[in-house]
Amino acid sequence: MSQKKRQKPVVWVEQILLKMLPHQDEEEPASYRGSSGSCLVTIRKMPYLGSEDVVKELKKALCNPHIQADRLRYRNVIQRVIRYMTQGLDMSGVFMEMVKASATVDIVQKKLVYLYMCTYAPLKPDLALLAINTLCKDCSDPNPMVRGLALRSMCSLRMSKLDQWGQAEVLNFLLRYQPRSEEELFDILNLLDSFLKSGSPGVVMGATKLFLILAKKFPHVQTDVLVRVKGPLLAACSSESRELCFVALCHVRQILHSLPGHFSSHYKKFFCSYSEPHYIKLQKVEVLCELVNDENVQQVLEELRGYCTDVSADFAQAAIFAIGSIARTYTDQCVQILTELLGLRQEHITTVVVQTFRDLVWLCPQCTEAVCQALPGCEENIQDSEGKQALIWLLGVHGERIPNAPYVLEDFVENVKSETFPAVKMELLTALLRLFLSRPAECQDMLGRLLYYCIEEEKDMAVRDRGLFYYRLLLVGIDEVKRILCSPKSDPTLGLLEDPAERPVNSWASDFNTLVPVYGKSRWATISKCHGAERCGPELPKTSSFAASGPLIPEENKERVQEVPDSGTLMLVPNLQLTADYFEKTWLSLKVAHQQVLPWQGEFHPDTLQMALQVVNIQTIAMSRAGARPWKAYLSAQDDTGCLFLTELLWKPENSEMQISVKQNETRTETLKSFISVLETVIGTIEEIKS
Amino acid sequence: MISQFFILSSKGDPLIYKDFRGDSGGRDVAELFYRKLTGLPGDESPVVMHHEGRHFIHIRHSGLYLVVTTSENVSPFGLLELLSRLATLLGDYCGSLGEGTISRNVALVYELLDEVLDYGYVQTTSTEMLRNFIQTEAVVSKPFSLFDLSSVGLFGAETQQSKVAPSSAASRPVLSSRSDQSQKNEVFLDVVERLSVLIASNGSLLKVDVQGEIRLKSFLPSGSEMRIGLTEEFCVGKSELRGYGPGIRVDEVSFHSFVNLDEFESHRILRLQPPQGELTVMRYQLSDDLPSPLPFRLFPSVQWDRGSGRLQVYLKLRCDLPLKSQALNVRLHLPLPRGVISLSQELSSPEQKAELAEGALRWDLPRVQGGSQLSGLFQMDVPRPPGPPSHGLSTSAPPLGLGPASLSFELPRHTCSGLQVRFLRLAFRPCGNANPHKWVRHLSHSDAYVIRI
Repeated sequence: MSQKKRQKPVVWVEQILLKMLPHQDEEEPASYRGSSGSCLVTIRKMPYLGSEDVVKELKKALCNPHIQADRLRYRNVIQRVIRYMTQGLDMSGVFMEMVKASATVDIVQKKLVYLYMCTYAPLKPDLALLAINTLCKDCSDPNPMVRGLALRSMCSLRMSKLDQWGQAEVLNFLLRYQPRSEEELFDILNLLDSFLKSGSPGVVMGATKLFLILAKKFPHVQTDVLVRVKGPLLAACSSESRELCFVALCHVRQILHSLPGHFSSHYKKFFCSYSEPHYIKLQKVEVLCELVNDENVQQVLEELRGYCTDVSADFAQAAIFAIGSIARTYTDQCVQILTELLGLRQEHITTVVVQTFRDLVWLCPQCTEAVCQALPGCEENIQDSEGKQALIWLLGVHGERIPNAPYVLEDFVENVKSETFPAVKMELLTALLRLFLSRPAECQDMLGRLLYYCIEEEKDMAVRDRGLFYYRLLLVGIDEVKRILCSPKSDPTLGLLEDPAERPVNSWASDFNTLVPVYGKSRWATISKCHGAERCGPELPKTSSFAASGPLIPEENKERVQEVPDSGTLMLVPNLQLTADYFEKTWLSLKVAHQQVLPWQGEFHPDTLQMALQVVNIQTIAMSRAGARPWKAYLSAQDDTGCLFLTELLWKPENSEMQISVKQNETRTETLKSFISVLETVIGTIEEIKS
Repeated sequence: MISQFFILSSKGDPLIYKDFRGDSGGRDVAELFYRKLTGLPGDESPVVMHHEGRHFIHIRHSGLYLVVTTSENVSPFGLLELLSRLATLLGDYCGSLGEGTISRNVALVYELLDEVLDYGYVQTTSTEMLRNFIQTEAVVSKPFSLFDLSSVGLFGAETQQSKVAPSSAASRPVLSSRSDQSQKNEVFLDVVERLSVLIASNGSLLKVDVQGEIRLKSFLPSGSEMRIGLTEEFCVGKSELRGYGPGIRVDEVSFHSFVNLDEFESHRILRLQPPQGELTVMRYQLSDDLPSPLPFRLFPSVQWDRGSGRLQVYLKLRCDLPLKSQALNVRLHLPLPRGVISLSQELSSPEQKAELAEGALRWDLPRVQGGSQLSGLFQMDVPRPPGPPSHGLSTSAPPLGLGPASLSFELPRHTCSGLQVRFLRLAFRPCGNANPHKWVRHLSHSDAYVIRI
């Protein structure tokens, strides 16, 4: 018995809320945004005007079987109750009797009673539960008026009984609901506003997620919600519970991906303290990297500089890598700090600094000069493979600016016999050959020695083959060597592609308050992959095999595909292979599902675009050569449900715009939208890089 | 939705195991969890772990692992909240949470779990509601005695009458034997503040953060009303002004949903009818702007002779608390360069202790009086780093790996924000003659008071 009683609130209120929402607009005028809680039935403070006698008398009357038998008298008594209620007397004492009075065929009486119940339900939640039985029965009444009345009353019953766990469940449940109009959407948001202020982090985050998802077309509302959840998140980040702190930090990072400045003024909250466990420190360092801006960069870098000499080598290295990633924006300050760190002459520091330098000159060529000046002397403090490779690469590519580069490489050549890592030897071969091109006199002799060693004595076949390859290349002639080895020394666009700034909130809203941010997106992908494989078993063909065998979706799979709800989340399948013929056939057989134009100025490298599209798993089937006018490209992509997106890009320089036409082999508006937004992001990014 | 819940001791022995849905593995998951946890690489977080379609989410509490498994992509905030709520509940019902109490009260714990979770869904976690369904009585290790002052617990200390309750007084189950309930009418109220501070090597303050809580543990019959009066100058936010003095200012406050704030605006009084057991009445935060001076300043001086490898560290610790106050269990932790072998010390008073532990200097000061100044001189030998003699680096620079110093301590009867409980009034009148006992305590503590060297 007792068990049953406790379960009720959760179950009922779920039903109520579900039923409530579609009727929202009928029952109350749309309220404007921001008037939080204006839709809630407000309970005024009832003045206590010696109502005991009145209540006692009314109670007696309501219980009187003679009155109950006389419809008019019964109704009169109830009317009196309502009248007193309106005057502000506390009539909650007769709740029980009023609930009984609701079981009647008299619709007027029913209406009165329901009015009463809606007013007092929050005060008497336990008793209000009894009324629900009657309400439910009325919902299946043959009379539509009774049905409507019951439903409406049920919607107006606001019970505060729900505990935090129930609230979290209901908020989660509401994610399934799609509001039918903008007004309805804002009504729901107003109604649920108070949950953002709950004392329970679970409820606050549940409400936040619901808001983010419901307001997916209103970025300013989303930003608003994220501002409001800042306080609770920051509190959780400095919570005594490490576990909560960690989870909150993961979510902070998620938010920072879309709103980089969101936590910038609170940067001090993310400083590490000595007693924290490693995994929290690492998260905090990541957060610091992401929230850095012009105002706090000085303080953040100073803080990170402090971590670089931490006793834990792992943590120190993480801090150095963090400075390296900040260096992409604040190059000069960071390169200076990194150079100072080399002065400490610690192996574990030097190796990471040199690796950071290597990545940095590739992305930010403007710092090459400073890096080249810092390098001399580093070789004494590098012992590991990664560090050696980075140093040798730098000496090879930028050796003409480093006076002692040949001598450092010479040391490596001298000791090549005792070198244990094949990767270092490979790097050494390439670097020395490159340096030979710019400084032949100093390198010729040792290049000969190195090639001789690699070809005659080296036991690792890959190194030996590389040596032979370079040897034969040299035989062809120096021009050919130059043509093959002298590639660009930097590629600033790569950084932007690697790390597409400001992902839209909608790209992660559905992951908010789940385990995805806690595991990290990439680990989650592997987890859900093996999890999915386990569940589906072997009968599901591998996505890549779809494409190879003519028709894209085998007949028997069609049903399965249709079962997948049109959720709007898009997962494009990597390595989709379509033949040009098949593409052409499909393209011609389909109608254009979406067409739009994007601004597009001036010349660009088609290769960059192709690479960028590849990153998001959109394959290029064919494209015009660079400089062709009008310029065209055909792209294809497929999502994990098998839906195929075929795209034509058409650039007409005279209008300075890019026309996008997308065709789809199944009509799915939601995924189409997500696909378009992916495409827009990529094209937008390329456009930014150009300018 | 939870598949399993289990409690492991700090050594990995299963103490409690319950499967709610029978949809995953057997009992060996507990062992699997512990193996995974101990085998985890240092940079990976143990909070959420994955194994064959099953997620393990856990918290560490009082040396125990409280773990749930689930196969769904659940809300991590909700689950962690549930776990810490469970920890509080078990503490409420068993008296305190620990390996011993759990293994003595296995039946009670299973009974509780049965009521709290049904088929993996949370039913209720309210101590009050659960009281109606729990039949088993807690087994307490030894009868509660006023003379037992040995163990240090959270609740219990001075009252307004400046009588002292033993710290373990609050460590008893809410559901004690129904016969002698009359003598157990007690309320414990703690104002606890956690301080985290970061001071730069030049002495400038980089960060101050105070996380405060008012925690209540009530053994009164549920629903009896009480009023908690806070300092009247208590202001929330940067702009509010109250009283004529500088005010007691905090940045943000949140209250438990039981708290009635009708009298808060006017008189800073919180009214509530708490259920039995533990409850966080109010939480607040304060950063950057402390009304009182910081409790400690450290004046280090380091001499480092690179040639001989002799490192000399002189630490002067000044306590800036009011003269009558004191700090307890002060511990200074100073990481040292790698490979330090020997330590000689000169300490300013005999009750202090210093030793080398895990590559760091640990200096224990059991008691530091306000306004006093203590010092320690430490000499160490640091082996010379291998490799060629370094040049280009000034010899006076401190060696790598030294510092920062971090302090941990407790400040009884002190709140950093200045917030005080003015009074605690109970509307409850017992039928017998015994008036309920009220115990109010203020405490600040820190485990992250970092000073760069």
